[in-house]
Amino acid sequence: MKRVLISFLLLFLISIFAQSKAIAYSSDPKEFINEIIDEAKVILSSGSTQEIKAKKLSDIALKTVDIKGLAYYTLGKKRKEISSEELKKYEELFEKYFLKTFTSRLTDYSDPKITVLSAEVVNEKYTIVKTMLVKTSKKPEVKIDWRVYTKDSGNPLIRDLIVEGLSLARTQKEEFASILSTNDNDLNALFSKLEEFINK
Amino acid sequence: MVQKRIKIIVCAIALVLTFSSHTFAKEKYSANECFEKFSRGTLKFNQALDKVIFKPIAKGYRALPVPIRTGSSNFVGNLRSLLTLSNNVLQGDLRGAGNTAGRFVVNSTVGILGVFDPASKMGLEKRSREDFGQTLGVWGADTGCYFVLPILGPTTTRDAVGLVGNVFIDPIYQLTHNTETDVFVGNDNLQEHNYYIYKGTDAVDFRSKNIESIDSLEKNSIDFYASVKSLYLQNRAQKINNSPIADKGQDDSDWEEIDNQ
Repeated sequence: MKRVLISFLLLFLISIFAQSKAIAYSSDPKEFINEIIDEAKVILSSGSTQEIKAKKLSDIALKTVDIKGLAYYTLGKKRKEISSEELKKYEELFEKYFLKTFTSRLTDYSDPKITVLSAEVVNEKYTIVKTMLVKTSKKPEVKIDWRVYTKDSGNPLIRDLIVEGLSLARTQKEEFASILSTNDNDLNALFSKLEEFINK
Repeated sequence: MVQKRIKIIVCAIALVLTFSSHTFAKEKYSANECFEKFSRGTLKFNQALDKVIFKPIAKGYRALPVPIRTGSSNFVGNLRSLLTLSNNVLQGDLRGAGNTAGRFVVNSTVGILGVFDPASKMGLEKRSREDFGQTLGVWGADTGCYFVLPILGPTTTRDAVGLVGNVFIDPIYQLTHNTETDVFVGNDNLQEHNYYIYKGTDAVDFRSKNIESIDSLEKNSIDFYASVKSLYLQNRAQKINNSPIADKGQDDSDWEEIDNQ
């Protein structure tokens, strides 16, 4: 009986721990970004292989980035014209594509030094957290603003990275729009491009 | 003579616009294509040229000791600031003009011909560069269409006109190309090729600071041409609107629709 109780207690503690890990990020946008950066820094400066780093960074992105929202945003008005099956396929492809580009961009930095500077509340839905990638002997300093969606105040999500004033979400959206417009608005052309990128 | 007339016309337009209304339209973030097929081809040509010429030079430049790179970057940046100054004035940005002029005077003297940047330490902060394309944008000229020029890269109709306009209002160009000035200075140090060495160094300096970011963009784009176009237009809009965040004024209707789904 005692053993059963101990086992239950252990299971309970594990589940509490697992839950606390799942909601580990702060609800304050500035602290939220700070925590993500710290977590990413530990991963990037570790001696792990690129694959392990990419996997761990993907896990962070899945928890902190509004990937589904970004998928819809980057598809623009086209998302209203397609079937639910096509939309589902697109969501799946986009997630894979996003995680690959996200981790690829980050793993280029082995020891990034990013300083969180300030947070600017734009409205109740958005806060811009301003950070700076510190200058090195090879690279100039880079301003990176994180557009954090704060409508669900307990669960902030990143919706855009604005590098030196340039929105990556907007760039992505225009890139997809260009692929569609140069291929007679054929969604399969976009799918092919995404699949090609994911599998390369 | 012709140059003098053009200068007078440009100044007159600037004065009229500066002292009339200041309710210029906000710069757009988009532009139609002029001739996309040609532009896509030109971008590929530029990429190939970059791979064999500009990128290796930029890598070689980066191998130089940091003080040499910083010094040459400061030096060309200081010369370039004169073009910014002309445009500050043409845009009616007198505070900006004061800052640029102050920086130029301090860095050219205390900073030994601009090699060092004591102005920043004195509180005269480095601001973004201005060119005649931006000035035309501030005056309300339409973006026109987008295309890619060989070697020079992405541009729009307005910015291409701006490139020509830069020549007339860039004091360094005038100093190195105007024979009267050469005679006045009385030596050969200001010959035309010095202008191209300065412009070339400036371009190599820029390329060397962006090796990784351009590599990353090439690696992670599924349509590199569209990415370059988007980034170029966002960057120009940001500069013309003098907004620290190009994204700030973006149309959020798409996000609102997504949120309400």
